[in-house]
Amino acid sequence: MNALTLLLMAIALLGFSGLPACLLPARSAGGQRVTTGLMVCGGLLGLVGVVCARVAAPAPALSLAWGFQHSRFSVAVDPISVLFLLPIFLIPMLGSVYGLGYWRQAEHPANGCRLGLAYGLLAGAMALVVIARDGLLFLVAWEVMALAAYFAASAEDDKVEVRRAGWIYLIATHIGTLCLLALFALWRQATGSFALTAGAAIPSEAAGTLFLLAAIGFGFKAGLMPLHVWLPGAHANAPSHVSAVMSGVMLKMGVYGIVRMTALLPAPAPWWGPVLLAAGAFSSLTGIAFAIGQRDLKRMLAYSSIENLGIIAMGLGLALLGRAQGHAEWVLLGLGGALFHVWNHSLFKSLLFFNAGAIIHATETREIDRMGGLAKRLPVVMVLFVVAAAAICALPPLNGFAGEWVLYIGLFRTLGLGDAPGAPAAALAAVALAMTGALAVACFVKALGAVFLGAPRSASPRHVHQPGVAMVAPMVLLAVACVLIGLCPRLITPLLDAAVGAWSGQSQPLSTASVVPLKALACAGGALVGLLAAWALVLKANRRAKPVRTGLTWDCGYAAPTGRMEYTGSSFGDSLVKLTVFLLWPKKNQPALHGLFPKRSRFKIIVPDTVLDRLVTPLFRATGRFLPWLRVLQRGQTHVYVLYILVVVIVLLIWGNLER
Amino acid sequence: MIHLIIHLAVLLILPPLLLGVIVKTKAWFAGRVGAPLLQPYYDIFKLMRRSLVLSTTTTWIFRAAPLVTVSTALLAGLLIPIGGGGAPLTFAGDLIFFAYLFGLARFFTASAALDTGSAFEGMGAAREVTFACLSEPALFFALLVLAKVSGSLSLTGMLLGTTGAGAAHATAPLVLISIGLFIVLLAETCRIPVDDPTTHLELTMIHEAMVLDHSGPLFGLILYGAAVKLLVLGTVLLRVVAPFTFGRAWLDWPLYLVEILGLAAVIGVVESIMARLQMRHVPYLLVGALLFCGFGFILLIR
Repeated sequence: MNALTLLLMAIALLGFSGLPACLLPARSAGGQRVTTGLMVCGGLLGLVGVVCARVAAPAPALSLAWGFQHSRFSVAVDPISVLFLLPIFLIPMLGSVYGLGYWRQAEHPANGCRLGLAYGLLAGAMALVVIARDGLLFLVAWEVMALAAYFAASAEDDKVEVRRAGWIYLIATHIGTLCLLALFALWRQATGSFALTAGAAIPSEAAGTLFLLAAIGFGFKAGLMPLHVWLPGAHANAPSHVSAVMSGVMLKMGVYGIVRMTALLPAPAPWWGPVLLAAGAFSSLTGIAFAIGQRDLKRMLAYSSIENLGIIAMGLGLALLGRAQGHAEWVLLGLGGALFHVWNHSLFKSLLFFNAGAIIHATETREIDRMGGLAKRLPVVMVLFVVAAAAICALPPLNGFAGEWVLYIGLFRTLGLGDAPGAPAAALAAVALAMTGALAVACFVKALGAVFLGAPRSASPRHVHQPGVAMVAPMVLLAVACVLIGLCPRLITPLLDAAVGAWSGQSQPLSTASVVPLKALACAGGALVGLLAAWALVLKANRRAKPVRTGLTWDCGYAAPTGRMEYTGSSFGDSLVKLTVFLLWPKKNQPALHGLFPKRSRFKIIVPDTVLDRLVTPLFRATGRFLPWLRVLQRGQTHVYVLYILVVVIVLLIWGNLER
Repeated sequence: MIHLIIHLAVLLILPPLLLGVIVKTKAWFAGRVGAPLLQPYYDIFKLMRRSLVLSTTTTWIFRAAPLVTVSTALLAGLLIPIGGGGAPLTFAGDLIFFAYLFGLARFFTASAALDTGSAFEGMGAAREVTFACLSEPALFFALLVLAKVSGSLSLTGMLLGTTGAGAAHATAPLVLISIGLFIVLLAETCRIPVDDPTTHLELTMIHEAMVLDHSGPLFGLILYGAAVKLLVLGTVLLRVVAPFTFGRAWLDWPLYLVEILGLAAVIGVVESIMARLQMRHVPYLLVGALLFCGFGFILLIR
C-alpha cells in the first residue's frame, strides 16, 4: 500500500476517533475504550506510514482537484514532514491511553464525548497541516486544528477561568490566522497559485514581508514572547493530556510553519536570522523567568514551554543566518539543533504534563505551595518527574542536553574559529542560552522540591489517588525515550540531517555525526552513568557494613519541625523574582506587623502575565470603553452579520474593478 | 600513559590538600599555628568510616546528591588539561559538557537540600540556584573568549592554545576574563566573599547550609567533591592566567603543583583580608564578574 494512503487513513481514523463514542451512553466506559482504540490504531498506522514514507525513494506526493480555483488538494511527505509527523502520531496516542485513567468517561459524563471528539480531530488536523502542500488546504487544516484545540482545552466549560482562557486563546489564535490569511494571499499574488512549492521567483521585498507575516502568524501559535498571551491560561486550564498534546505537539506547528515557509522562500535576507535569534533569546529568558514566579504547576510548565520554543527559534535564526551567509555548518547545527529540540521538547514536556496530571489527580490541586512530600506517596511519578526535569534543564546525559549541545556548538562556530569568517554577535545567543539553562535549573528544582520533597506543606488529603497502569505506562515510555536519545543521539540525527538537507535544498546533505563528535558525547554520557553507578556501589557496600540510624531533620536543633516551617515554592523562587522584578512585576499583598504579638494575617504574592494583564487586557478594556458607538453594528442577529459580509464583498468588488 | 596515571593521581589525591593550604594560610594570617596541612584527608577518612544518620523526611534524592557531586566533579577533571599535557577525555564541544556537569551537580545538591524539609537548607538552595544564574553567563562569556582566541572548541585546545601567534592581541580580554573567572571560582567553590565555609550561622551560608543534614560517608563525599571542584576550576583559571609550559613533563608537573598550591594560598589570603559580603550584595559582585567577562568578549570581537 502507498505510504500516503496509509497516512491519510491514519488521519481519518484519528480525526473521527471520537464519533462512535458519541452514539453510546454518556456514562459508559465502552465509548472511551473505542475512542482510545481508534486513536491507537490511527497512531500506529500513522507511524507505519511515516516509516514507509521515509524509505520511499521519491518523496510520496498526491494532488487532486477539489473544486477551488488556483488550489488543489495536494499533500506530500518530505523529510521535514517526517520529523514533525512522528511526535504528532506518538504523543496524542499516548495521551489518549493516559486519558483512560485520567479523564474517565464515568466521572465526566458531561464533556467526555466532546473532549474525545475534539482531541482526535486535533491530532488528525495537525497531521494534515504537516503534509499539506497547498495554501488553502493548509489554512483549512490549520483552522480545524485551532478550533479543535479550543474545544479540547475548554472541556470543563462550567468553570469561569476555563472559559476566560478559552476566549483569550480563540482571539489570539485568530489574530495569528489573520496574519496567515494575508501571508497566503500575498503568496498567491507573488507566485500565481496557492501551491506551496519551492523555486518560485519572489522579489526580495515581498519575501521580507512574507517572512515577517509568517514569523508573527506562526509565532502566535508557537507562543513566542510577547505573542504568548493565550498560552499559560490555555495550558493550565486544559485537561492534562490535552495540555501535553498542546504543549508537546501543537506549539510545534508554529515552528513547522516557520520552517516550511523559510524553506519555500528564496535565499533569506541578512536580517531574518538575527530577528529570530533575538526573538528566541528574549522569549527563552523571559519565559523561564515567568515560570519561576508561578505557583500553579501547569502554568509553570506552560511558561517553560515559551522558553523552550524560544530555544528552538534561536536555532532557526542561526540556520537562516548560516543560509544567508553561505555557511552550511551553521545551517546544519542551527536547524538540526532546533529540530532536535522540537523532538526533545515533545517528549519531556508531554511527560511533565502527564506527571502534572498524575499529581493533580492525586492531590486535587494545582497549587505548588500546597503540595510537598509527595515523593513518599507517588514514588514512581517522582522518578519520572526527576528524569523529565533533568532533561528539560538540559542536564547530561539526557536528550535535552544532546539537543542543546548541538545548538551550542553551532552558536560557538559563529565566532569564526581559526580562519573561518564569523558573525560574533550571534554567539551572544550562547550566553543567553547558558543563562536560560541556569534559570531552568532553578525553576525545576523549585518544582521538584515544592511538589515532591520535604514534608507536606498543608493538610493534604489523607487518601492520595494512585495513578493506574494506563497513566503510568505512557509516562514510562516517554522517560525511556528521553534517556535513550540522550545516551545515543545517533538514533535521531539521520532524520535531522535529511530534514536539514530538504530545507536548504541540498542533494548531498552534511551529516551531523561528521560535524560534531556524537560518539564522544555518547561516551562521555556513558562515563557519567558508569561513575555514578560505581560510587553508588561503593556507598552501598559501606552502608551494609555500618548501621543506618534515622531521625528528625536537624533544623538547628529544633525538635518539632513542621511542614509549615519549610521553604515553599514561592519562598524558593523569591530571590530570583526579586532579581527580575522589572520584568515580572509581582503583585504583593504584605500585611504590616504590629506589636510583640502580631495578629494572624495573610501574605500573598502572585506574578501576573505582564503582557496580558498589564498591556493587552487594559488595551481591550479601553477600546471597549471608548468605542461603544461601534456596538450599533453589533445587533446579535446572525442574518445581519451575513449581510455585512455581503456588503463588504460588494464594496471590495467595486473597488477592485475601479483599480483595474 | 604515564601522563594519564599522573593526571588521575593528581585529580584523585591532591584536592583535599588545597583545602589544607587555604586553612593554613588563614591561620598564618591570624597568627595561629592552624590545623595540619593534611587535616582534610583525616576528616574525609573519618567521615567515611562513620555510620549514617538519615532524616525520616528524606528520599533517594538526598542520598544521590553526594554521588552526583563527586562523579560530576571527577568527570569534569577528566576533561581539562592538568600540567602541560592534554586531557584524558577530549572532544569538540566538551566545554559545554563541562559547564553542564556542574549544572547537574547543582540540580541534585539543591534538590537534596529541599529534601530535608528544613527552612535553612531551603534558603541555601535558593541562594545557590540564584547566584548560579549570574555566574553561568559570566562563565560562558569567558568560554567564548577562550574559544575565539584559541580557535578550538575543546577544553584542551582552548586552555593550551591561548599562547599561539594569533593570541597576541588578546591580552586585554584574557586579563579581563581572568578577573571574572576568579570571582566565578570563588562563588562556585563557596569561598569568602561570597560564602563562608567555616561559619556556623546557618542564615548567612549558602553551600554549608545546603548540606547541614548530610552525615557520615555522604558528608565525606560532599567534602571531597567540593575539593575536587576547587582543583578543577582552579586549574582552568591557572591555564588562563599562566598558560606557559616547559614542554617537558618532568618540569611541567612540578610547575603545576606549585601553581595550584599557590592559587590555594591566594584564596587563603583573599579569605583572610576580606569579610564576607552581605547576602544582598553578592549579586553585585557576580554581575561584576559578568561585566568583566562580557567586556572581555566585546574587546575581542570589536
